[in-house]
Amino acid sequence: MNKILWAVLIGMGLLAPFVVYPVFMMKLLCFGLFAAAFNLLLGYTGLLSFGHAAFFGGASYVTGYLVKSVGLTPELGVLGGTLSAALLGYAVGSLAIRRQGIYFAMVTLALAQIVYFVALKAPFTGGEDGLQGIPRGDLFGLIDLGRVYTVGGSPLGLNLYYFIFFMFCLGFWIIYRTIHSPFGHVLKAIRENETRAVSLGYQVERFKLMAFVISATLAGMAGAMKSLVFQLASLTDVSWHASGEVVLMTLLGGVGTVLGPLVGAFTVVTLQSELSSVGSWITVIIGAIFVVCVLLFRRGVVGELSRLLKRPL
Amino acid sequence: MEITFQTVMSQVMLGLNNGVFYAILSLGLAVIFGLLNIVNFAHGALYMLGAYVALLGYTTLGPLIGMPDFHLNYWAALLVAPMVVGALGMAIERTMLRRLYKFDHLYGLLLTFGLALIIQGVFTNFFNVSGDPYDAKPEILNGAVSLGFMMFPKYRLWVIVISLAVCFGTWFVIERTKLGSYLRAGTENPELVKAFGVNVPLMITLTYGYGVGLAAFAGVLAAPIYSVSPVMGAEMIITVFAVVVIGGMGSIMGAIVTGLLLGVVEGFTKVVYAPASSTVIFLIMVVVLLVKPAGLFGRES
Repeated sequence: MNKILWAVLIGMGLLAPFVVYPVFMMKLLCFGLFAAAFNLLLGYTGLLSFGHAAFFGGASYVTGYLVKSVGLTPELGVLGGTLSAALLGYAVGSLAIRRQGIYFAMVTLALAQIVYFVALKAPFTGGEDGLQGIPRGDLFGLIDLGRVYTVGGSPLGLNLYYFIFFMFCLGFWIIYRTIHSPFGHVLKAIRENETRAVSLGYQVERFKLMAFVISATLAGMAGAMKSLVFQLASLTDVSWHASGEVVLMTLLGGVGTVLGPLVGAFTVVTLQSELSSVGSWITVIIGAIFVVCVLLFRRGVVGELSRLLKRPL
Repeated sequence: MEITFQTVMSQVMLGLNNGVFYAILSLGLAVIFGLLNIVNFAHGALYMLGAYVALLGYTTLGPLIGMPDFHLNYWAALLVAPMVVGALGMAIERTMLRRLYKFDHLYGLLLTFGLALIIQGVFTNFFNVSGDPYDAKPEILNGAVSLGFMMFPKYRLWVIVISLAVCFGTWFVIERTKLGSYLRAGTENPELVKAFGVNVPLMITLTYGYGVGLAAFAGVLAAPIYSVSPVMGAEMIITVFAVVVIGGMGSIMGAIVTGLLLGVVEGFTKVVYAPASSTVIFLIMVVVLLVKPAGLFGRES
């Protein structure tokens, strides 16, 4: 993809908080990274995980706990949350890759349910309430992430926004590099024809596990970021609904495209906030979009676009 | 709780009571998976729908059709709910699932996930998440019977007996009759069975209808025990998925036995260490994945 497009996207990201409500923009970035991390697994390795909320939500709990109860600075909190997701990803991944296809999806779903029970029952997670009032703290002990600047009459939390935007870019860059590395090409080979990849001498299990851990780690990073943005770690983020939502985001945007998950995440998050007045009908709408996508729109927005333009996006 | 023979046996019986639900639901999933090669994520939602057909048939249907004295009784609901849900299932198969057979099987899972969200979402809008009681339990099933070591509610005993009968009946039809042999042949090689003049697409539709009909039947059985709520299926389906991973979906008997066994284990865990009872099935799944990845009754594909 050409450099101009990237420059435009980064420029838009830098200017966004002056145009869009920053908290909303940060939510988009968190879910965008979450979906992009998920897509590394589904789109580029061909593994459908139905339990990615465990990493996203689990890391947000760990970060929340580290920042709120242990009193760590936010960057260490995010680091801790991300590492916990990596470890959890290693554990879940090593179990799940023992089964293929549909079973893989069910195993990840069931294992994620254990994480959900832990979040519900463990003494430090706040049960039904979750962790509330997580402080944003001072980055490296120096920069106050809670600081609000008044620009043109409206208060903007720019410190936090640029921290989140930086983390997003870092995560997205790692995904982009992974996809376009020799390692990423092996992943695609596994997706296309696993048996063939085995016969070519690749240790498929190890590649799958690596991809799973990278994906889980970055999903965790997104969750860690989210707990700073909303100052909240909640059961919703570890539930199977959240796992399903990230599948939808990726499917809607375009499975196996670089930009698809971002488009999908932005669409779903925007829909949810625009339609917040319809209450629980939102579940029905999300379900209906799912059905329509699967039946008629399997390439997703970016997938269709890239077919029209005859180039990968 | 002190561990005595009585406490253990009573929890085991209650566990068996949960186990028959796992058995019916995983049996339905296995039957559907065998022929359609998809995992029916909507299974839990259709189980819930079955319970609501019974509940609404009893409370709302009469006034709705202008006969306020009409109540769909429990016995009728046991027949009507599976038929209604089965018909809905067949419509789903004909109009949607059928279009996906030529694509990756994961799309079937995603489609049924979407359907589960729709069904559950609609009911969440109209009904209380904390549940409504179903009061149509027939007179004859009230009270308790003595099993020698404990008094056991008659209704729960009925649920165990009828569920086992339905499970083993299904097993018998599939494994021991001519109709079942078509089904098994269709599972092995649909193209060849088609060449012999069997209407495979119809068979697939009926199989899906029967599978979700079983789920609805379980829903009606569950209605008098648990309160009828829009989320009852969502809680159930993930556990049943774990059951299916443990047992493997390759065998009908495997699905039934695994379901019963895990229900009992869950009941037993309640006696030994109650907090673990909600996760024990998932932990067993982990152990099975480590020791025998294909599942207890599974064949490595």
